Amino acid sequence: MAVVQSTSPMAADISEIGAEMAGDLHLRDCIQCGMCSGVCPLGFLMDYPPIRMIAALRSNTFQRVNASDTIWLCVACSACTSVCPSQIPLTRNLMTWTKEEHVLAGNIPEELQLALENSQRYGNPMGESPRKRTDWTRGIESMVPVMGRDTRQADVLWFVGDYASYHQRVQPATRTLALLLHRLGVNFAILGPEENSDGDSQRLSGERGLFEVLAEKNGRALKKYRFKEIMTTDPHTYNALKNEYPALGINYPVRHYTEFLAERLETIRPRLNRSLKARVTYHDPCYLGRVNGIYEQPRQLLQAIPGITLVEMPHNRKTSLCCGGGGGGMWLDGFQWEKAHVRLSEWRVREALSVGAEILAVACPYEASRFEDATKTVKNAEGLLVRDISELLSDAIDPLKGGEL
Amino acid sequence: MKILVPVQFVPDLVEELVIDAGGDRLDPYSIRWKLNEFDEHAIEQAILLKEKYGGQVTVLAPDFEGVEDALYEAAAKGADRLVRMCADFYQGTNSHALARLFLSFVQQNKPDLVLAGVQAYSSLDGTVGCLLAGLLDWPYVGYVSCVKPGDQRVEVRKEYPGGLTAELEVQLPAVLGIQAAETPPRYVPISRVRQVMKTSKIEEFNGDLDLMGGLAPEHMFPPQVAARAAMLDGDVDQVADQLVAILREQGVL
Repeated sequence: MAVVQSTSPMAADISEIGAEMAGDLHLRDCIQCGMCSGVCPLGFLMDYPPIRMIAALRSNTFQRVNASDTIWLCVACSACTSVCPSQIPLTRNLMTWTKEEHVLAGNIPEELQLALENSQRYGNPMGESPRKRTDWTRGIESMVPVMGRDTRQADVLWFVGDYASYHQRVQPATRTLALLLHRLGVNFAILGPEENSDGDSQRLSGERGLFEVLAEKNGRALKKYRFKEIMTTDPHTYNALKNEYPALGINYPVRHYTEFLAERLETIRPRLNRSLKARVTYHDPCYLGRVNGIYEQPRQLLQAIPGITLVEMPHNRKTSLCCGGGGGGMWLDGFQWEKAHVRLSEWRVREALSVGAEILAVACPYEASRFEDATKTVKNAEGLLVRDISELLSDAIDPLKGGEL
Repeated sequence: MKILVPVQFVPDLVEELVIDAGGDRLDPYSIRWKLNEFDEHAIEQAILLKEKYGGQVTVLAPDFEGVEDALYEAAAKGADRLVRMCADFYQGTNSHALARLFLSFVQQNKPDLVLAGVQAYSSLDGTVGCLLAGLLDWPYVGYVSCVKPGDQRVEVRKEYPGGLTAELEVQLPAVLGIQAAETPPRYVPISRVRQVMKTSKIEEFNGDLDLMGGLAPEHMFPPQVAARAAMLDGDVDQVADQLVAILREQGVL
């Protein structure tokens, strides 16, 4: 009797998405080894790390998971997915669907809500004017053609992205990349005000509908112009275009800028005429490395720079540690600090110091500001420079010695 | 209880404001319009009341670009009736004109309670809720941050400057100026808004826009740089003395 009383209300409580998850997640494949939860950078703080979430699904007690807000500690870094011996799509499905349930139920941290509302209204999470999306080109407008305004076709459509377009710390790196492309004679154009957020981080923070709206807007804009391929600044844009947009009928060949430049390395190398004389370590962005397998091209670019000694941090390539900005983490700093009192970016900066690095090289527009902030709070980190790979390439070109940039 | 939330749109300050060629108003076509933030709180408060005590919520919105999105979002949050108020607002509008339009809707629909945002930053001629209450000869309480219904009356909490609050009983029907909903306006996922768009209907309500009573700016211009700031040096007593002297000189003391 007691058994009947306890199981039937639980079965009734399991939500629709929970039931869907139970079917699509290959739950039977989970061997409850717990590697997902051990490798999760913030799993030790979660009421329900992935292993316990799956256990809850199996025992029809998922409502307990939904009653906890620690799912918002998930930065969608895909570390759990990458170690799962049963290859269960934990990040893309389990974690993201659970966030979707929270969003649907209206349980959403206020700072994340603001980013989602901004994305909805302005097409970017920071709530900047869409008309100002090309403001970073001020002074170099003639070198950065805008689709619709200056041209309708180009070889390369450069999808600049939110942070590269608007963030004060990232804008100089974006300008540097623009100049580099221009000097390399790349025939490129940007979407300008027609570009919307790629939506990937919104998707990974549980707002699938918003992701679809943004993707459709981008799809419509892209369709208007002719180009051979898309180059992205942001690994999240790269991931969206490569792995998520095709299901919505938006299909283009896409490459991250580090891939794009590495292919032109023999043209770039002779221009790198200034030695940087520095120990450099490279942080693999989750959505470039672990999720999409691009590890070598960024390193090739760094190694081409004279004077650089490339050293690896303990967590590198597939085991790279997230900067904390993924899966909505960019918009949950306050929430995460309140819950965790640790910052992933600080761990990473400590790792960079531990290998004696003088420069922490990055290739994702989320990272420069996160790591630079961390250098201000981590002991002895004030001398650590955080530079985007495009900035380092530009640092290595001395126009006075005949270099061009 | 029938609750009406009459809302208004204000210029979105994320975009640069452009002054009309005539030089006496903002160019309404270059403005990006958004729902007044206090009205978002009024909608939220209405939905909270409906959820807790039952009732019907009507949202009435003037026809600006974005009005449909705003209404569907309100429906996704729980509003029952959506009404677009049709008039040529781009020729100009003011609080008096809006209040008169809202008045004719109220007279026809007889709500028990009207929740309006307490203010809007584009109002030059008083707040709409207050003017509406005046036209209706209904009680009005502004700066309200909590509403509880009773028998033919509501209990409200009103905020005063200096951290003071008062609890008041207001006879219905009444108009309240909402300062803040009891909980911040909720987030509605886009998927839910899209669902609602398929099933909700937006009614139209026609009215004549009568601008009488509003202010007519003569000249509108961006703030001009002036060098009138003065730094006061010295210890606390010296600074205080200087400050008193300046205030006397200006006729404030």
